[in-house]
Amino acid sequence: MTYEHHDYDVLIIGAGGAGLRAAIEAKQRGLKVGIVTKSLLGKAHTVMAEGGMAAAMGNVYPEDNWQVHFRDTMRGGKYLNNYRMAELHAKEAPDRVLELEQWGALFDRTKDGKILQRDFGGHRYARLAHVGDRTGLELIRTLQQKVVSMGTDVFMECKILKLVHDANGKVAGCVAYRRPTGEFITFGAKAIILATGGAGKSWKFTSNSWEGTGDGHAMALWAGAKLIDMECIQFHPTGMVWPLSVRGLLVTEGVRGDGGVLRNSEGERFMFKYVAPMFRAETAESEEEADKWYDDHTAGRRPPELLPRDEVARAINAEVKAGRGSPHGGVFLDIATRRTPEFIRRRLPSMYHQFMELAGVDITTEAMEIGPTCHYIMGGVQVEADSTATSVPGLFAAGEVAGGMHGANRLGGNSLSDLIVFGKRAGAGAAEYVAAGDVAGPMDPAAIEAAIAESLAPFEREVGENPYDIQRDLQEMMQANVGIIRTQSELEEAARQLESFTERVKNIKVKGGRAYNPGWNLATDLPAMITVCKTVTIGATLRKESRGGHTREDYPTADAHLGTFNFAHTTDGGNWDSAIVTEESPILTLPDELKALLEEAK
Amino acid sequence: MAEVTMRVWRGDANGGDFENYTVTQNEGEVVLDVIHRIQATEAPDLACRWNCKAGKCGSCAAEVNGKPRLMCMTRMDQLPEGPVTVTPMKTFPIIRDLVTDVSFNYAQAEKVPALLPPPMPAEGYRMFQEDVQRGQEFRKCIECFMCQDVCHVIRDHEDNKQHYAGPRFFIRYAELEMHPLDTNDRRDLIREDMGLGYCNITKCCTEVCPEHIKITDNAIIPLKERVVDAHYDPVAWLGRKIRRKTKRSAADAAVQPAP
Repeated sequence: MTYEHHDYDVLIIGAGGAGLRAAIEAKQRGLKVGIVTKSLLGKAHTVMAEGGMAAAMGNVYPEDNWQVHFRDTMRGGKYLNNYRMAELHAKEAPDRVLELEQWGALFDRTKDGKILQRDFGGHRYARLAHVGDRTGLELIRTLQQKVVSMGTDVFMECKILKLVHDANGKVAGCVAYRRPTGEFITFGAKAIILATGGAGKSWKFTSNSWEGTGDGHAMALWAGAKLIDMECIQFHPTGMVWPLSVRGLLVTEGVRGDGGVLRNSEGERFMFKYVAPMFRAETAESEEEADKWYDDHTAGRRPPELLPRDEVARAINAEVKAGRGSPHGGVFLDIATRRTPEFIRRRLPSMYHQFMELAGVDITTEAMEIGPTCHYIMGGVQVEADSTATSVPGLFAAGEVAGGMHGANRLGGNSLSDLIVFGKRAGAGAAEYVAAGDVAGPMDPAAIEAAIAESLAPFEREVGENPYDIQRDLQEMMQANVGIIRTQSELEEAARQLESFTERVKNIKVKGGRAYNPGWNLATDLPAMITVCKTVTIGATLRKESRGGHTREDYPTADAHLGTFNFAHTTDGGNWDSAIVTEESPILTLPDELKALLEEAK
Repeated sequence: MAEVTMRVWRGDANGGDFENYTVTQNEGEVVLDVIHRIQATEAPDLACRWNCKAGKCGSCAAEVNGKPRLMCMTRMDQLPEGPVTVTPMKTFPIIRDLVTDVSFNYAQAEKVPALLPPPMPAEGYRMFQEDVQRGQEFRKCIECFMCQDVCHVIRDHEDNKQHYAGPRFFIRYAELEMHPLDTNDRRDLIREDMGLGYCNITKCCTEVCPEHIKITDNAIIPLKERVVDAHYDPVAWLGRKIRRKTKRSAADAAVQPAP
């Protein structure tokens, strides 16, 4: 068969912050660049980021610098991070933020006209460049407008099904379909950058949109790359819990950064009870001390509400379990009694709007009901830090789909900066790979036909299951067994169930035609979702300790030996239902000068 | 829980009709929740666009009981009793069911001459909050395109799409014109090619904006004043001729090197 076909030097899959930043870089280096996105341009999940992007610019606290940011990131990640990624990120984030202003971004300002920075959990200094609580929108619109002004080809509403190799095992392109028409399309590329974002849609209560199905994670694995740290999933402490239809919707950490506190049903500001030993020296012991800190970071120590997200999410979980939760199974987030209505509306306009319209709650006079929600996957494709190259020649990965940068837990604000630092590096890494000239030959036509046949199989079955039923059951199963707190028996149950989900996916029946059919689109998402869930479950079973975003009820503390490696997954066979092979991949050893930075902090 | 009848337009470019679905409606639900329930049960091929389900991405715009709305921010319990009608945005060509072809807007975006700032000093630009505030209002735009949908210049006159950018792009031009760093001059372009004069200030766009951007008062009217001043002010006209400041294209602006 012949299909619509396009050739590019660099093909970028995903049009969020990382993909767009990569496109700008590759384009500026004179390459022919194509971007493929399964949504419309400008709608990627980046748009949902609220609080800001972390960069040690020192505009509010001049004592801030990259060394402190590096230290905070490594501590937040419980030292499971790829140190080189954390180092590059801390060093380069300020320049990446500043250049956005050349392209039209308008951040909130300090009194002397610099970019204003706000406090967030786990960051020693106020470090997040922001625009109210809609920073993600500012980032994506700025990059989108830059990409459009450069005349880049963008394939909107086009879903990649599978990466395709050449005869020598180099990645050579991919096969996709256009959602509006259902027609297939192929892309040949000298280099491919995966910038597909996260995988949180496999959990029932999630802040992720329908797009967070882990396509990039799964496609990389099928193509021969390694996935690491998949067990490390971030449950953001503050998602909405009521009404049920918006359960999981994000409430920005900026609420706490701007003075909001957590209370249980008894009105107690409970976070003081949950300060882990590694954070005690720098965390306030009383409400009085904590409250002084907001105005002057030298007058008191940090409020415990601003501990890293994993710590806060576990504390909320414990309060609810102890019977001190709110009416709908969360706790209270209170900014109404602490800040003026004008301040709240100015600093947190979308939160005000969101609660008013969706829950009928006025956050300037009432507390919000919140609870943990699946938010971010720290795990992802193992990459070489400087170039973002994966172990598959020609394949690169940046942003949430890449693993290593955030270790076992990501600090708030480090995601948007990750996108622009490593997006640019991916564009450069891919461009250098293309310039070196040892690129792939043509795609294997048999592999294209096989991927297309597999995607069409659900139309051909006489009888079969509705993909929406499988998705709902998968989300409930993962929430119940591989959620915020894990234990051996539940993980074993999840592994068993994932085998039966694999069989159910092979029996999907899709109704209707191929043009803009969301049922069919979901059917093509499910193999990736199952693949990702399997690697998460395997990693969670093997990591018999608690570290960052991975908490085991049966192994409540960290284990020094397990902290020396990542679990790395590959497939044996390259199909979505192929067996997964897992090995230990030692973490990189820190050079002495960086080790010294961490020692100082201990 | 209560049951509700949803009248959903189904079809494609060749035509279509309303289909009725009777579904449960739970406490606190929005229109998009009910559409999703129809998809998950009776009609898995019912086409609708959505992403964030939080009023931040602008994907799920449709017409609910004849008015442009974000389906994710429209509470079922705030609609009048009786059947709820959901139709695709009228101004754009149908793809399928509730999904329209909004490429008109992306084509307009390509015509916008980019920001052209002076070279950035090493420590970054200095701008003050009062200088960026006006632009920030316009940058709240989530590109739901409901202002474009409701604007009668293109809603009722298909031909006008050839020479009219629409409210979404008037706020974009206003943002650039008011940007403290911009050196590009787009006033002739806005007047001659973007059809600002066709807008007769009925404020329909402002009414539907989910971000409550004062499109007419804060963007379109000031933009009209600037464009008119530039056109009819003889001193400004002479100045333009002498400086020979030409419209810079998007491509010219794009060659700005990154630092």
